[in-house]
Parts: sequence; C-alpha cells; structure tokens
Amino acid sequence: MTGQRSVMAAALASLVLALALAIVPLPAQAGALRPDWVALALMFWCLTTPSRFGLGWAFILGLLLDTLTGALLGQHALALMLVTYPVLRFRLRLRVFPMFQLTVAVTLLLVLYQFTLFWIDGVTSRGMPASAYWWPVITGALVWPLVFRLGESVLRESARPQVGL
Amino acid sequence: MGPAWGLALGPKLFLLALIAAGLMITDHRQQHLAAIRDTLSVLLFPLQAVVNLPFATWHWASDATASREALMGELNQLREDRLDLQVQLQRLAALEAENARLRAMMGASRQAADRVLVAEILAVDLDPFRHRFTVNKGNRHGVHVGQALLDANGVLGQVVRVQPLTAEAIMISDADHALPVIVNRNGLRTIAMGTGDTERLSLPFLPNSADIEEGDLLVSSGLGGTFPSGYPVATVRRIERRPGEAFAQISAEPAAGLLRAREVLLVWTSHIDEDDGPGEDPEAAGNEALADASGAAATPDGQAP
Repeated sequence: MTGQRSVMAAALASLVLALALAIVPLPAQAGALRPDWVALALMFWCLTTPSRFGLGWAFILGLLLDTLTGALLGQHALALMLVTYPVLRFRLRLRVFPMFQLTVAVTLLLVLYQFTLFWIDGVTSRGMPASAYWWPVITGALVWPLVFRLGESVLRESARPQVGL
Repeated sequence: MGPAWGLALGPKLFLLALIAAGLMITDHRQQHLAAIRDTLSVLLFPLQAVVNLPFATWHWASDATASREALMGELNQLREDRLDLQVQLQRLAALEAENARLRAMMGASRQAADRVLVAEILAVDLDPFRHRFTVNKGNRHGVHVGQALLDANGVLGQVVRVQPLTAEAIMISDADHALPVIVNRNGLRTIAMGTGDTERLSLPFLPNSADIEEGDLLVSSGLGGTFPSGYPVATVRRIERRPGEAFAQISAEPAAGLLRAREVLLVWTSHIDEDDGPGEDPEAAGNEALADASGAAATPDGQAP
C-alpha cells in the first residue's frame, strides 16, 4: 500500500512541478519555446496509471493553468480534456508502441492541444502569431522521450513494494 | 476516475466539456466568475511565490554581498540625484499651484494629487506573446481594474484583472493596448497603440501633414479617464510620410523600461470638480491650493520660468 501512496505522491509532485515550469520566467525568446509541461505530465500519468488520473484531473489542472496564465477560464481545461480522452481511450494500444511511434502520437495530441487553444483564442479574438502555437508542439515532441523515461524510472522507484525486501 | 463517477469516458468528456464551454462563455461575456478565479488564485499564490523565490533570493543576495565602494558610489549618486530633483520640485510646487488657480478660474475639473503605491512584479511568466505581468498587490491593497501603472521613467501599463493578493496588468506595448497621448511640444492629440514589440509603439492615426517630429515626447493626455495626464509615454523615433497614403507611419519608443522594471507604481487619480462636494479631500486640497496660489501670485513674475 505504501507503494500505491508514494506513486500518488510522486504524481502530484510532478504535476505541481509542471505547473511551476509553466510560469517560471524565461528570457523573451525562450519563452515562446516553452513546452506544454502540464499536458505532457498529465498524458504520462494517464498512460501509466489511468485508474488514478483521468478527465477530472484534466479539468482541474486546466482551470489552475487558466488562472496562472491569465487565460479564459476553461480554455486549458477543455484543451487538456481533449488530449486526455484519446490517451485514456487508446491506452492499451499506445502502451505497446515503441518510443518513436509513441512520440509521434504524442506530437499529434500536442497539435490537437494547441489547435484547441488557437481556436478558442481566435473565436474570442485574442489571437497570437501562429508561431506561438507551433513552437510548443515541436519542443514538446523533443522533450517527450525524456519526460517518459524519467517518469517511468520514478514510477518504478515509487511503486517498488517497500515491505518485501 | 471514470467508474468512480459512474459515467463512461465519452459522456463524462461531453459533460465536462460542456461545463468548460459554459465557463468560457461566461468568462468572455461578463465578469461573473471573479469568485472562482479569486479562490483559485489564492490557492495558487504559494506556487507563484515559490517560483518567484529564487529570483527574489538572487536580488537579495546580490544586494547583501555588494561591496562597500559600490554602495558608497550608489549612495553618492542617489544624493546628487535627490538634490537635482529637489531643485526641480521647488519650481513644480509653484507651477502646480498656478495651474490649479487657473483651472479653478476656468471652472475646469482639477486632478488631485496622485496617490501611489509601490508594487513588485512577480517573476512569473504569463503568455510570451501577450505583454502581461503579475504584481504582488491586489484587492486587499485597494487595487482596481483599469488602474494605471508607472515606473520611474513613464507609463508602463494598466491593471486588467484583480485578485485578492495579486493583480494582472497589461503593458502599453501589448498588441491589444491603446492609450490616448498628446505631443508634449504642441498638444497634438492622438492614440498610441501597442505593437507586440516592447521597444515600439505605433501612432497610426496621424495624417501626413501632422506637426510631429522625431524626438517629440508623447505624454499621456488623460482623455480616456484611465491614465493620469502628463506622464511621459514614449519618444517619437521614426516618421514615414508616404504621399500615396492618408496616414503617416510613425513609431515611438516607450519611455518606461518595459522589460527592465522590477518595481512599479500603482497610481490612484481622482478628479475634483468644482461642484463635487464629498470627494476625498477637496476642501483641504482646495484651501491649500488657494493658499499656495495666492502665495505664488505674490511672488514676482520674473521668478516663474
């Protein structure tokens, strides 16, 4: 049981870290390259521990992200739910993908994520230059393998039963 | 999570998406969601503070470890600056009184002395393409939406959203921002629009024949009612008069250090009309102004610059 609980603790810690990374100040040019840390972290946890993480988490994290970034309330929530759904739905298939294929799938989901943000910005006439939406997809795809490997090792560490020996 | 709510994945997505859409529409149309946003922002304040901490620590550490010579140098510089400013202030007091007296004679509304509060910009990034920032003062300190923000050199932006402990502000360089200005040299009125570039504002509504030159200082006109009048906004840098077009292309460089500022001033302005009885302190201010005015009027004209 301690294993279960520490998995949850690790997951929560990583999500808080992702929220912090979403607002940590970067030099002006680098700011545009910031990957969608929260989306990446949430996708990882939905992929590996779907019994704990799902649409409800996507909704809540999205609202927090909206408040942090000053976006329309519900914008990131909707975008996060739209990428979480396919992950949960096709989890068993995604799980057996080799890393390259998985990265391609995640990239497509990031495109969907950014497109949702872009679309809502457009409808509410708060649009930004198109590069603002493309760069996070590219950098997100580049860091995903790292996120996944790191997450897996964390998961393995924390899920190890600590009573057994 | 799905089974926990007794809902399959699909319907649950549909339900939550509907809620999100409802939130977005309400948030976009009206300001009814302030309570939700307030609660979330208070919950998130520790996170913002933690993110800000390394930067605050760095500033503190560089202050604490500064050498004595550097500090003495800075102190001397500040003393000189202060003397300089005080000399300028002596003239200003007389001018202000004179201005108040003239305005009173014309029955025009008068701007009361601006009240200011120093706020610190939190080192957290909002959107890289929107020039917005968060400051560490909010509702509790009396900050309100539309309030002007200045730095030591000029107008920086205005508050767009207020939470209990923090406030979000938009910079004058944001592409969505516009502010009414006048050319300080001749009082020509126009509007300075943000361009999305922190080094540049544009003045799109001046005809080719407008009397404006490179190097002209633009100051806030106070016409929109948001910004106090008379604060420097930008300096005209480039004018392109194209004979075929109706308007000239003019760009100006903001006076405030938009990316350099760490501390900003929140300004409260209140207009005092002649018939406006229960203002903040119109009586006291009025009497003082009158006294000052008579004092100023008594001085020989030769002293007025």
